[in-house]
Amino acid sequence: MSAVLAAAVVIGWAMLGLAFAIGLARLVRGPHLPDRIVALDMLALVGICAALLQALDTGATAFLDLALVMALVSFLSTVAFARYVEWVAFRRRAQADPPPLEHADD
Amino acid sequence: MIELAVALLVLGGAGFALVAAIGIWRLPDAMMRMHASSKAGTLGGSLLFIAVALGLGDLSTGVRAIAGIAFLLLTAPVASHLIGRATYLLDVPRHPSQTRDDLAGRYDLAARICRPPEDAGR
Repeated sequence: MSAVLAAAVVIGWAMLGLAFAIGLARLVRGPHLPDRIVALDMLALVGICAALLQALDTGATAFLDLALVMALVSFLSTVAFARYVEWVAFRRRAQADPPPLEHADD
Repeated sequence: MIELAVALLVLGGAGFALVAAIGIWRLPDAMMRMHASSKAGTLGGSLLFIAVALGLGDLSTGVRAIAGIAFLLLTAPVASHLIGRATYLLDVPRHPSQTRDDLAGRYDLAARICRPPEDAGR
């Protein structure tokens, strides 16, 4: 592996780590349920990118399979979370006195 | 030469993942955050898949990379549409600059359908 590629991989790891930290901050901060789901979706994508970078770094193709499986699981989890938020929305419409939006899923 | 292309693809892919994260942090409401993460994130992942295919350079890796890109491109619109619809149904407050709402009054939540607009037949 040439020096240019090795440097690019190191910079890529730094960028992905920064992206993961920012995504975690949004996940904690919220403020609403959909913001957290979007942050989780983005964190899963950063995980896919990290698995791909590791595959490139070590040459182990098992990490490519890991990236594919993480893409599958993150899509399914996002769909499930979105359906859950819709269920929360329907439940709020039915409630006479719904709780504040920040605690919509309590 | 290939190594230079792979290095550029790695930088581009990780950079777009970082752009998605910055968009999630900086944009003001949930719809805009969904927009940032779905488009930039998919592009970053696809660039890294291409980088792995070029960098390792054998047939099975290439096929799996193409399958991964196709899967990302097929699932990202579905997932972001579902998140957007859930955000709309939950009535999450939008940024004050977002003044137009073409779906206002068209969701019939009792029947769980979205009615067409009044002038749809024209």
